[in-house]
Amino acid sequence: MTSAVAALVGNPNAGKTSLFNALTGARQKVGNYPGVTVERKVGPLKLPDGRSIEVIDLPGTYSLDPRSPDEAVTRDVVLGRQAGERVPDAIIAVIDATNLRNHLRFVLELKRLGRPMVVALNMIDLAERDGLTIDVDMLSERLGMPVVPTVAVRRRGLDALAAELAPLLDGAAAGEALPPGEIVGLQREARQLAAAVTLGQGVARRATQNIDRVVLHPVAGPVILAAILFMMFQAVFAWAEAPMTWIEDGIAAIQGWTAARLPDGLLLSLVNDGLLAGVGAVVVFLPQILILFAFIIALEQSGYMVRAAFLMDRLMARVGLNGRAFIPLLSSFACAIPGIMAARTIDEPRDRLTTMLIAPLMTCSARLPVYAVIIAAFIPDRPVGGAFNLQGLVLFGLYAFGVLGALAAAFVLRRTVTKGANQTFLMEMPKYQAPALRDFAIGLWQRAGAFLKRAGTLIMAITVILWVLVAFPQAPEGADGATQIEQSFAGRIGHAIEPIFRPIGFNDEIAIALIPGLAAREVAVAALGTVYAIQGDEAEVEQSLVERLRGAWPLPTALAFLAWYVFAPQCLATLAVAKRETNSWRWPIFMFVYLFAMAYVAAGLTFWVSSALL
Amino acid sequence: MTRIDQLAVGVPAIIVSIDRAACGDLVWRRLHEMGFDEGVDIEVLHKAPLGDPIALRVGNTTIALRRAQAALIEADISAVAVREAAE
Ligand SMILES: Nc1nc2c(ncn2[C@@H]2O[C@H](COP(=O)(O)OP(=O)(O)OP(=O)(O)O)[C@@H](O)[C@H]2O)c(=O)[nH]1
Ligand SMILES: [Mg+2]
Repeated sequence: MTSAVAALVGNPNAGKTSLFNALTGARQKVGNYPGVTVERKVGPLKLPDGRSIEVIDLPGTYSLDPRSPDEAVTRDVVLGRQAGERVPDAIIAVIDATNLRNHLRFVLELKRLGRPMVVALNMIDLAERDGLTIDVDMLSERLGMPVVPTVAVRRRGLDALAAELAPLLDGAAAGEALPPGEIVGLQREARQLAAAVTLGQGVARRATQNIDRVVLHPVAGPVILAAILFMMFQAVFAWAEAPMTWIEDGIAAIQGWTAARLPDGLLLSLVNDGLLAGVGAVVVFLPQILILFAFIIALEQSGYMVRAAFLMDRLMARVGLNGRAFIPLLSSFACAIPGIMAARTIDEPRDRLTTMLIAPLMTCSARLPVYAVIIAAFIPDRPVGGAFNLQGLVLFGLYAFGVLGALAAAFVLRRTVTKGANQTFLMEMPKYQAPALRDFAIGLWQRAGAFLKRAGTLIMAITVILWVLVAFPQAPEGADGATQIEQSFAGRIGHAIEPIFRPIGFNDEIAIALIPGLAAREVAVAALGTVYAIQGDEAEVEQSLVERLRGAWPLPTALAFLAWYVFAPQCLATLAVAKRETNSWRWPIFMFVYLFAMAYVAAGLTFWVSSALL
Repeated sequence: MTRIDQLAVGVPAIIVSIDRAACGDLVWRRLHEMGFDEGVDIEVLHKAPLGDPIALRVGNTTIALRRAQAALIEADISAVAVREAAE
């Protein structure tokens, strides 16, 4: 017998995923804005009577009449329309105790399905803090179903919820199925019910309103938003410096250790020039990536994200986008893949498509290593205007360049390939919350894990392949590193494609690095690490990649390389997700072509202009 | 009667009508799903730079929407006093 299934259903941001994590021990992403969850997730739950059941976490939705692709997932699961799946045996309706009116309206809609149901009256802690008192027994009686107060983030009420769930799964409790209700009628019924069960009327959301008075101020608001984003990028550079040096020194120490132990030859070259130089070049960036993620997770969990979307809507409307798109686009700074998936919450298909197409222009964390290496090599590390640092400013400039490119691309796309009517912006603003420590830590930990796993698998594999291509065929005895590269497989490939890139100032080594960099952006750094490690003679091996690049590239080339990376579509995984989300190869191919063209033009212009000026 | 895009910040009012024909069914439904309805108390909390979009308190929630949609909703300021007197 297959185990019983209970589905978590409710308005966006009610705390479904928090409850799901608490019940099943899962570690799904939680955030304080509507539309965090965009896929269904399943996890196990052991009931007090010993039975094991499955719990499904679903995207939040305002009704069973979906607007956007993520909401459609929820409707399909609840109504059993999902291919190969049956109707859930029970529904756990998760509602926010501080917003009974709207959330009860959805409960009343769900109730008409006639399925066994239990209500999790979540965020009861916030209701208490606001001075709201809710008569739980009366609510349960009037709804005709069990109601359990819960605090998902503090694991309160979980046992009671599981206990109420058990009898529902025996199939007896299902009510009568009614035709879907008319929304205005349901709203009024919900408002009456909410008024009846709310005993103490507190002052709602005072803290939130006070914060908003500052951060949504027409003048101070945008300044604060810009300051937060700017600080984020400054921090990435400033705070990561020390830990990065430790990692670099650690890798150099290992290289020294192997050099002393292994005989000079191919094996040593594979380990030191291939594995350690390549993977090490990427792993060094772990501290920066963690700082970036810490900022993004804190923004997501605090509730500020929707405020940022609010402040940005006007600007985004100018280029035909929706303020809502700010959220997927900001998370694309971490990685375009979740960003493209998060675009599911945008209901208008053309808006959604445009957002997906420009998401790769947001500077993802995989580009950070590339930028950081080039900036460290070519941009002087000196203070500017007291508080800032030139390297940080250039990094910020590159991020800004990507954003401006994205806005320009959206502007053109919305007038050509994704032409369509202008959209609405309608979004609920959550209460501010201090980031839940556990969710914050899990988010960071998962990121670090994913990054290191990528370095240890994909990047390591590509690095080894590249080492083979660079080390073979071997040059005759006594030839130097440069000759070796030149006549190796990689050198020949690089030489063959170099004519394409010569006009924009790229040399053979860059051409070699671009090919593996197609699989994943940060591999380009690993590839340069490998290429220059093999090219270097004994004395140079001690130098870091940064120092070697400084000697090898003219400044215009370095700048062109940076410009290239702002736009270049160098990530197969992004293209694959675009294919999955749009259900065709058409859009990913389009994405590749237009980004490639933009990258080429941007790098070319940078090279020509800087060559003329410098 | 005031269109709510014209409401000043901090002035409570009660929704009188939502223009269904001008909204289109989709937006009309979405507004209702987010708590807009005749008889619901609202208040403009914030206006974004350049006055668009605006953030509204709708019952117990805060909703952000563009002026173009706000212009389709009418509210009554005096009704608040009437309601308070009744309570
Ligand atoms: N104070 C408090 N905060 C909670 C509680 N449950 C969830 N939260 C917070 O509410 C926010 C939303 O939680 P999620 O679990 O992501 O909500 P969701 O319903 O899955 O949201 P969507 O996936 O967007 O539909 C997060 O900031 C949580 O930390 C609770 O019981 N009390
Ligand atoms: Mg969720």
